[in-house]
Amino acid sequence: MAKKSPVGRRGFLKGAAGAAASAAALATSSPAVKAQAPERAVAEHAATPLPSAALAANEKSSPAPRVDVYTTDRPGSDFMVDVIKTLNFDYVCANPGSSFRGLHESLVNYGGNKAPELITCCHEESSVAMAHGYFKIQGKPLMVMAHGTVGLQHASMAIYNAYADRVPVYIVLGNIQDINFRRSDVEWAHSVQDAAAMVRDYTKWDDNPVSLSHFAESSVRAYKIAMTPPYEPVVIVADAVLQEEPMPEADRRTARIPKLTLSTPPAGDSGAVAEAARMLVAAENPLIVAGRSARTPHGIALLVELAETLQAAVQDRHFRMNFPSLHPLNGGNIATADVVLGLEVQDFWMATHTMTPINRMGMESRLITKPGAKLITIYSGDLYGKSNYQDFGRYAEVDLSIAADAEATLPALIEACKKLITPDRRRAMEARGAKLAEASKAARERDIELAAYGWDASPISTARVSMELWNQIKNEDWSLVSDVNPFFSSWPLRLWDFKKHYQYLGEHGAYGIGYGAPAAVGAALANRKHGRLTVNIQCDGDLNYAPGVLWTAAHHRIPLLTIMHNNRAYHQEAMYLTDMAARANRGLENFSVGTGINDPNIDYATMAKAYGMYGKGPITDPKDLGPAIKEAIAAVKRGEPALIDVVTQPR
Amino acid sequence: MRKLILAALLVMALARAQESAGNAEAGKRLYMKNGCYQCHGTVGQGTIAGARIGPPPLSLQGVIRYVRRPAGQMPAFTEKVMPDRELTDVYAYLKTIPPPKPSKDIPLLNDLRGK
Repeated sequence: MAKKSPVGRRGFLKGAAGAAASAAALATSSPAVKAQAPERAVAEHAATPLPSAALAANEKSSPAPRVDVYTTDRPGSDFMVDVIKTLNFDYVCANPGSSFRGLHESLVNYGGNKAPELITCCHEESSVAMAHGYFKIQGKPLMVMAHGTVGLQHASMAIYNAYADRVPVYIVLGNIQDINFRRSDVEWAHSVQDAAAMVRDYTKWDDNPVSLSHFAESSVRAYKIAMTPPYEPVVIVADAVLQEEPMPEADRRTARIPKLTLSTPPAGDSGAVAEAARMLVAAENPLIVAGRSARTPHGIALLVELAETLQAAVQDRHFRMNFPSLHPLNGGNIATADVVLGLEVQDFWMATHTMTPINRMGMESRLITKPGAKLITIYSGDLYGKSNYQDFGRYAEVDLSIAADAEATLPALIEACKKLITPDRRRAMEARGAKLAEASKAARERDIELAAYGWDASPISTARVSMELWNQIKNEDWSLVSDVNPFFSSWPLRLWDFKKHYQYLGEHGAYGIGYGAPAAVGAALANRKHGRLTVNIQCDGDLNYAPGVLWTAAHHRIPLLTIMHNNRAYHQEAMYLTDMAARANRGLENFSVGTGINDPNIDYATMAKAYGMYGKGPITDPKDLGPAIKEAIAAVKRGEPALIDVVTQPR
Repeated sequence: MRKLILAALLVMALARAQESAGNAEAGKRLYMKNGCYQCHGTVGQGTIAGARIGPPPLSLQGVIRYVRRPAGQMPAFTEKVMPDRELTDVYAYLKTIPPPKPSKDIPLLNDLRGK
């Protein structure tokens, strides 16, 4: 096969041997260039110094200067933008890279940098985590662009988090498949035979299109697959040659963009739903365990309706905002339940077992439900899974397993339950509900009492930080976008009044640290258009993975209040080190070696200011905290990101 | 019977003497140096990872027994890594921690009631 010349496939114009001729040729290529070319030619001429005698002599001995001028009136990447626009992304997050420069240019010029608008990220892990946080607020995936090699390597941990958290992220990778088009050792190093291979274990689908029409079809398919529960990230490779070369004439005539029709989420089998309803209505003490039950905002209302229909307790595992925190049915005790219904609980085994002790030596597990208790699951994860990464958890032995999306199944389950409830059952359920309400009230009272301990301590207690913050935001339309369980002893979840889907986003997914800061910025980006006050309680260790996302927040004017949980340690690991030292019967005093983030202490307020945002702190006296938060909120209301460094208790 | 009562009083007196024998300052240093604060907070207020222990809800003997044979997540700390003498000092430190203000006297907390 004859070697193709990269030049040969390009639509370039050969001019005569001079800048003026080039400019003239350029002027014929497009209206935009036509308007700019004379000015550019003049400017370039004026800026060029006269050649020295030596240079002139050298020029004479050199080959004739190359005068090929590349222009394309319709690069393939323009068509890619046409495709992308049909998918209705609000933003595309990217750290710039040469393997997708064509698509980048088309997005900002041909696409007008709107729908999607480019968000400049300082790390691909931030790009993906921003998309992760954005989706959990807005329910729409963001697009992410990255190099198929080094960019994806940076992004990979965040992709795994999104995968484990059932969040769709639409990833477009640049790659130069054809060796004839790699211009340098850099491009060889940045090229890969199978770009998506590295993340195939934790993405739902990928493709490597070899034509623009292939790109169109696979892009639409990828979106549809990502948005069919269980939601997951997908990858499309945008070959650099396809991006940069003109759209072939044949494609211009025939290429079309397929219509996107999202699949309806899978609802449970009607017979199985009826059986679940029968078990739940007959139960003396049913318990609902919610994992990612509320896939959409409506999921909260559905779970409330089911719980109230049955007067059943709800144990929210907080992977999403599933159930109002102050609802009288919030709580319950799995040990006394006779029927347990798990709704989108990824690791139902963990929800129903305890391990004593939790370290690995001599670990024993036991079921914590009472003998004879019936277990039911409704879980979309049963419809889809991969084997290598083990986020699926231990096999759960249950009595009824419904492979379906919980939120899509709840309407039928609620109706089936309502039909079965007799007046006698209704009375029994109401009595149960009254007892549960009493227990819920007592638990809240205990939490209020416990929050008083260490109230005036320095470092500041996490309960105090939570309450100082709550005092300032409780009358706002607020959105807490960080994971506070267990890093902040779950105080906000124990004390605040959570009602709406955007008030809590759950956890990382795969517990990959470095998620918190970028996910918060992504969530704040989504909240911006709704005018919500976005609050992020930010772990110090997490922020230091890729703090450049603070600059992204400042650059794009993303309002976000960040309260540093600055315990100056990778604290979970410090606890583990103490645990291991105790078990090894050795000295305990070295726990901060390799786990401390001190000496020197990091000045987060100065860091924030360096990135161009409001910064205050470190705050060590709890009395200073309330006024500092108030001041920072004023900055956020002006449309800025703001950070307060609070030196906190470890948990 | 009288002997039994005397013996009980003696045990109680000894326990009290032992409890008051600790050095609170040394105990605070040990509490921080050995990482007790990691799970229990610097003033024993408790966290999601460890119970509230300041001021201590247990007797010194109760604390020592628990530290040697804990339940749940807490690792066992043997006499070798944390001798009784050190635990006595830590206990003395925990005894110096005042009880918190009643939550009803903390407006931010009291406001939560009834909501």
